[in-house]
Amino acid sequence: MSLNVLYDAPGPKTRRNSMIASIVGVILIVAFFFWMYLTLAAPRVNANGAVLPGTFDPSRWDILGRADLWLSFGIGTLNTLRMAAVAAVLAVLIGILFSFGRTSRFAVVRGVTGVVLEFVRGIPVLLMIFFVFLVFTAGSYWSGVFGLALYNGAIIGEALRAGVKSLPRGQREAGLAVGLTPLKAWALIEFPQAFRQMLPIILAQLVVLLKDTSLAFIVSYPELARTIGNNRNYFGSRYMFTLFVIGLVIYLALNLTMSWLARFVARRSGPRLGKALPNTPRQIGVDGTRAITLPGPGYGPPDPPH
Amino acid sequence: MIDAIIDVTPAYFAGFLMTLQLLAISGVCAFAVGVLVATMRISPVPSLRLFATVYTEVLRNVPLLLVLMFCALVVPILGSDLDYFPLALIGLTAYTSPFVAEAIRSGFNGVPVGQAEAARSVGMGFTQTVTLVVLPQAARMVVPPLINVFIALTKNTSVAGIFFVDELFKQTDAATRDNPGSVILVLIYAALLYLVITVPLGLIAGAIEKKVVVMR
Repeated sequence: MSLNVLYDAPGPKTRRNSMIASIVGVILIVAFFFWMYLTLAAPRVNANGAVLPGTFDPSRWDILGRADLWLSFGIGTLNTLRMAAVAAVLAVLIGILFSFGRTSRFAVVRGVTGVVLEFVRGIPVLLMIFFVFLVFTAGSYWSGVFGLALYNGAIIGEALRAGVKSLPRGQREAGLAVGLTPLKAWALIEFPQAFRQMLPIILAQLVVLLKDTSLAFIVSYPELARTIGNNRNYFGSRYMFTLFVIGLVIYLALNLTMSWLARFVARRSGPRLGKALPNTPRQIGVDGTRAITLPGPGYGPPDPPH
Repeated sequence: MIDAIIDVTPAYFAGFLMTLQLLAISGVCAFAVGVLVATMRISPVPSLRLFATVYTEVLRNVPLLLVLMFCALVVPILGSDLDYFPLALIGLTAYTSPFVAEAIRSGFNGVPVGQAEAARSVGMGFTQTVTLVVLPQAARMVVPPLINVFIALTKNTSVAGIFFVDELFKQTDAATRDNPGSVILVLIYAALLYLVITVPLGLIAGAIEKKVVVMR
């Protein structure tokens, strides 16, 4: 059985054409990178007529042996993780509160939560962090944590609400029928199922949160992105490219590990294909069997934007 | 109090227009690039699929701040003399396009696989299956997540303010320093201006989503 329904298993002619296209593609990509390499490596003449060494000149990379450089990046990475970890826990808690408020029996609570949610979701995280920083004078660490936790909590809250809504009505009714109070039915029956079902989306959102810790840059929190800037001031801007590459590699390593972990956990404990409940909002084929496109590395629920 | 609001209004208006420009131009560009990447992602040519996958994975896992930092601080070192505004546009486009591509792909996967199988079994080829059967159905489902991507883009334009583009967030930053007495007011004013863009977009997305659910 072909994995992909969109086209046949390629015959000899198609295979040849596809091979040619692949080779041309690879040549183009290699050529592009080679051109980039040459551009980067070429010495430049600045406005004063002085010749600057190319980007790959040893004089631009000699700081790699400096212990204080690696120490500063280590501290920056730790600071990023410290903020992300606390903000993640708070975001899930705030998310639970939001979803609880949105499904409250009292119209006033529902209304107020809805307005707060729209407000929090609709403004940039950057503005939120800045807001907490200036209005509550919370210090750079806590304003970053609270700004991120509030914003991501709102999104997790909506995911949880959708999860509760997608459960069959019988779940809650059965709970009430055996004498649970509405609160207990929610906490013991509806919420655990919704949480499990929405775990992939929540984890994807936590990866976003990790990425967004870089926005604490604005309140001078010494996280990874700020570390790049600080090191540039310390070592000089001719090392900017070098420092940027180090920061980029650390971010990619952190985020790809987190994304991979999120996918792994989602696959282990999330709803299984075909086993999910009828109204589960899922991204994979609506009839619950297979998806049209090949399951690539990006398989699973797409990351929520931002 | 009211004085502060009146004082910051011209700057906010200019910043708001700049934010709208960033949103409109990088939105259109990101859509174009995103469609291209999504097409590559489902194409029969393996190298294109691989390229699109790597592009998506890398850009989705780099913080926007770093993408814009590259555009604003590294690219000029490399000898480009572009202004900060086009540089920010390039950064926002590059960052947003993989999300557009993923939204489109998830729409594709939302079409029941039987539809594609039926099209294939009556003898349609790849192009016919995609353009005549899958795409028209996917288009409806793609719209809500796509709008969500543009809502995120609206909020993301604020990061360009850090890198020397005079958009709304940068004006807000300046306004809080000029009006230390009414910081809260000035911040809420800016927040409302962002909400003017994001809330209607969210409502449209919600309405379309409801319609799609009914049609299924």
